[in-house]
Amino acid sequence: MILHDYDYEIYASLREEAQDKLKITYVADRYGNYIPDIENITSAQEEWLLKKVEEARKIKVNVSSLPPYLSIPERIWHYTFWIICGAVLFFLIFPLLVIIPLSFNEVPFFTFTKKMLAFDPDGYSLQWYNDFFTSLNWQGAVRNSVFIAFFATIISTFLGTLASLGLSRPHMPYRTLIMSLLISPMIVPLIISAAGMFFFYSRIGLQGTHLGVILAHAALGTPFVVITVTATLTGFDNNLIRASQSLGAPPTTTFFKVIVPLITPGVISGALFAFVTSFDEVVVVLFVGSYKQRTIPWQMFSGIREQISPTILSAATLLILITIGMLTTLELLRRRTERLRGVTPS
Amino acid sequence: MQKNQENIPLVTADGTPLKISLARAQRRSKIIAFLMVFPLLLFITIAFIGPIADMLMLSVENSIVKKILPKSAEALQKWDEYSGQLPDEEVFAAIVEEIKQAKASKQHTKIGSRFNYESSGFSSLFRKTGRKVKKIKSPPFKDGLIKADKRWGEIYTWQVIKQNSSNYTDGYYLAALDFKREFSSGNIKSLESKDSIYLKLFFRTILLSTLITFLTFVIGFPLSYMLSTVSTRISNILIIFVLLPFWTSLLVRTTSWIALLQQEGVINDFLLLVGFINEDGRLAMIHNATGTVVAMTHILLPFMVLPLFSVMKTIPKSYVRAAISLGAHPWKAFWKIYFPNTGPGIGAGSILVFILAIGYYITPALVGGSSGTFISNRIAYHISSSLNWGLGSAIGVILLGIVLLFFVLYHRIVGINNMKLG
Amino acid sequence: MNYFMRTIISITAFVVVGMVSQAMATELVVVSWGGAYTASQQNAYHQPYMDRTPGVKIVNDDSAGSAVAKLRAMKQAGNTTWDLVDAVASDAMMLCDEGLVDEIDHNSALANGADGSSATEDFGDFIVSPCFIPQIVYSTTFGYRKDKVSRPMKSVCDVFDLKSFPGKRSLEKKPINNMEWALICDGVSPSKVYDVLGTDAGVRQALAKLDTIKSSVVWWTAGAQTPQLLADGEVVVGSTYNGRLFALIEEQKQPVAMLWDWQVFDLDGWVVPSEGKNKAEVMKYLRFATDTQRLADQAKFISYGPTRASSAPMVGKHAKLGIAMAPHMPTDPNNAKTTLLFNYEFWADNRDDLDAKFNAWLLK
Repeated sequence: MILHDYDYEIYASLREEAQDKLKITYVADRYGNYIPDIENITSAQEEWLLKKVEEARKIKVNVSSLPPYLSIPERIWHYTFWIICGAVLFFLIFPLLVIIPLSFNEVPFFTFTKKMLAFDPDGYSLQWYNDFFTSLNWQGAVRNSVFIAFFATIISTFLGTLASLGLSRPHMPYRTLIMSLLISPMIVPLIISAAGMFFFYSRIGLQGTHLGVILAHAALGTPFVVITVTATLTGFDNNLIRASQSLGAPPTTTFFKVIVPLITPGVISGALFAFVTSFDEVVVVLFVGSYKQRTIPWQMFSGIREQISPTILSAATLLILITIGMLTTLELLRRRTERLRGVTPS
Repeated sequence: MQKNQENIPLVTADGTPLKISLARAQRRSKIIAFLMVFPLLLFITIAFIGPIADMLMLSVENSIVKKILPKSAEALQKWDEYSGQLPDEEVFAAIVEEIKQAKASKQHTKIGSRFNYESSGFSSLFRKTGRKVKKIKSPPFKDGLIKADKRWGEIYTWQVIKQNSSNYTDGYYLAALDFKREFSSGNIKSLESKDSIYLKLFFRTILLSTLITFLTFVIGFPLSYMLSTVSTRISNILIIFVLLPFWTSLLVRTTSWIALLQQEGVINDFLLLVGFINEDGRLAMIHNATGTVVAMTHILLPFMVLPLFSVMKTIPKSYVRAAISLGAHPWKAFWKIYFPNTGPGIGAGSILVFILAIGYYITPALVGGSSGTFISNRIAYHISSSLNWGLGSAIGVILLGIVLLFFVLYHRIVGINNMKLG
Repeated sequence: MNYFMRTIISITAFVVVGMVSQAMATELVVVSWGGAYTASQQNAYHQPYMDRTPGVKIVNDDSAGSAVAKLRAMKQAGNTTWDLVDAVASDAMMLCDEGLVDEIDHNSALANGADGSSATEDFGDFIVSPCFIPQIVYSTTFGYRKDKVSRPMKSVCDVFDLKSFPGKRSLEKKPINNMEWALICDGVSPSKVYDVLGTDAGVRQALAKLDTIKSSVVWWTAGAQTPQLLADGEVVVGSTYNGRLFALIEEQKQPVAMLWDWQVFDLDGWVVPSEGKNKAEVMKYLRFATDTQRLADQAKFISYGPTRASSAPMVGKHAKLGIAMAPHMPTDPNNAKTTLLFNYEFWADNRDDLDAKFNAWLLK
């Protein structure tokens, strides 16, 4: 165990005792919190500090358990509540976990065979993973999915951010009307969008082309970008712009150095939504695209209906693992940044 | 004193009156704002609104008749369809010539299919006539045509053609609402209940979507509450549990529900093992409305949890503590203080889930059987299989109208500008 | 910014390389129905052709189910991306009537039969439309779980017999075939089925008969669903295309048996989209893929009957399993004791109408 500077709350509570008894000097860190001078500390002082911090951390945990004044029904309710939440989380995750063993199925069906339930190694096989990696159809699908989602996200993020910046300006005319129009792709039922695009894009020659699918997906993704970025901008302090302008920055510098860094989390969040929307989209692609634009969902749909191919389960397992990996990495990165900045998660 | 103040106009540094200068600056600001929004607006109009408008046109368009049978349609206008008499030779002559032309340009079956949507039998009528029409070379065309197919000698045939020959038709909307036009009298009748499909489907779609919205709310609310009250570190880990299904493909989730809910599936096997049911009593949870509801609740749950969570995070915990310290029972504090504050989140989540549920087509197709399909399945069927694009569009427009209605309601109650997605 | 640009460039490169390597060869997009059927075409036609003709790549698209809608849209868009379509006879007739597929001069475009007959003689009555190149005779029929019934099913009316054969059934979610079977099992003479079905009373009679099993029916929309349901044990008996049942029984070794009584014959064949981009290559391919040997070869992979009279004596053994294919053909005398032929005229006329009534009945 090492002493972390983010335990500053604990250090603050120990300060009197530490300074009086052990003469540990406290210094201010760059955020103005007083923490022990960990650089110039003797080993005896360090040992004392560690022990106290460890105890304090344990108490912290205890403090977050039930306060003693709760009555029995309230305690029962508290635990029932946690059981309900646990059940809901289980409900959310279990169907995804079921897929993983099924993807190792030996027969081309979506059921657990007797052999699998008995954990007989004959009942398991890697054939679907092999199929996925060697099949031309799937390779093309992965390539198309990435290509289409990437460009659709770029278009929708760029246009959406620009529009949100415009919508957040103080004198935007017809704001509500335009906002409704821009959000409409999210509101209109997907089958209607798909059918309409099928007819319209056929007329203008975009049916069965990569461009057509990219435009369709970009249109479906922009509402997410618009919503997240406008939400971020509502909390934006306009005084920052005025301050930067008063300090002599031209508008472009203000934009790139002040506004962009602050709205980046919102933009990235919106871009992620748009990316997932395009990557996972199946109805529009089936109508507007053709075989050459087959995406991963297209292959999966065909795998459920026309083929009975558990290859889609192996594709799904790989996607789940990639998503878990990505989300965990993001979380670890975020924690690392926080630790470096010395901010305790509140 | 006041008079003097009124008479002195305020001016800016360069001498222009303040009002004008202000108006000019505001106009500039408005123009810049609009220019920033314009690219996206243009894009959405072309890529999205255009298609929807196209569909609207398709639902009433009937120009195919005037295109393929122009002279016959015109000649028919002079005929009284309720007179009990067949049209005269001029009409027959026109139609024979036009069917010959249609056969040459391979359009005759299309027009036959179009009329077939209104009254069955026309497909074969036009196809057969197309084969035999080259033998009819000289007048009287009436006898020649009736010899080719005796249905041309029935008044009903001509009534159908006449009443469906204008450029626009309401036939698709009538069919979408389970009405039928009786061509022999020109009246609109509603279909008997055993033949009416669409109103039932609309009703079922709305009912099941409402049920799904309610279920996601009941299940999602406790989860969002827990996520917003625990420490950020734990909530960030648990949010992964919510985001993971959200980012997993819809098809994959639906497939796993198929594996779970089948009669020989995981859940039934488990219940058998535990002894809740016996072998004959396996629950039928799939290929019916239950399957649709369960699968869609699972799929749409993140859409309820995320807006609720983002709103709940902004409610200060001190409100509830203050209420309790003033003597309120914790439950009362919750209902009177906390719950109303989550209103915008509930509204956003509910409308999102409801609208998504109404428009879903893949999941009901795979797990709904026949009692769990939605109106969107019918739209897809008409576009891909029956090729009655007019009817598919009409149903789509009605569905869109319903959705817009609910959306306007949402805007009145909650407001678009308050939408957040966490 | 630098990092961002690098990512964009690498992704674009990844995609472009893939696309360029595909663009080198002539690529023929062949649209078919997926599953065991497409696999048999791949083995019997596509792979041998690609082996003989380097520089040609054949890719399979499984959207034959929505062929007519897609071809119409593609024509409107002026961008037909399909080169060859496998269509059932009724779809082929519709496509031909609308000019979406080309008329074929069978005698000059296709090879003579191995016995010396011309193509038109060899295919005979199976050329139901000038645009249609027949490929196989298939039938829609039933398969049932041997281990879940008390005695073997012999008659199609056993499907309607819930007492002797309890359990779920799977039927196609269309009135086609179901109505005919319902009427036959309700006492209507098979030769008069379509006359009766053309009347309102006949339709009511058919739906009433289907009502007796309605609560036990799982409705399928894709050919692969019934085999999945049978394998899972979700249904006791289900209808599908006979070739899928063959794959299920002989290749997947599931405990399923065939019920051939009153199987409904239909034809499946090739049509050439008139606005396709590689028609010359497609015609060369067709000359090879529809000759006597090739049609007999397909029978080595799936139990569908070749449409050329000259191919019938060449039907041999399954390529992998080594079993004789002839007894599994729908046209084999043992299996074809009672058959119905799909009535194109009737369904072209009445499909929309009966479909509406059928769906209304489903909703009740």
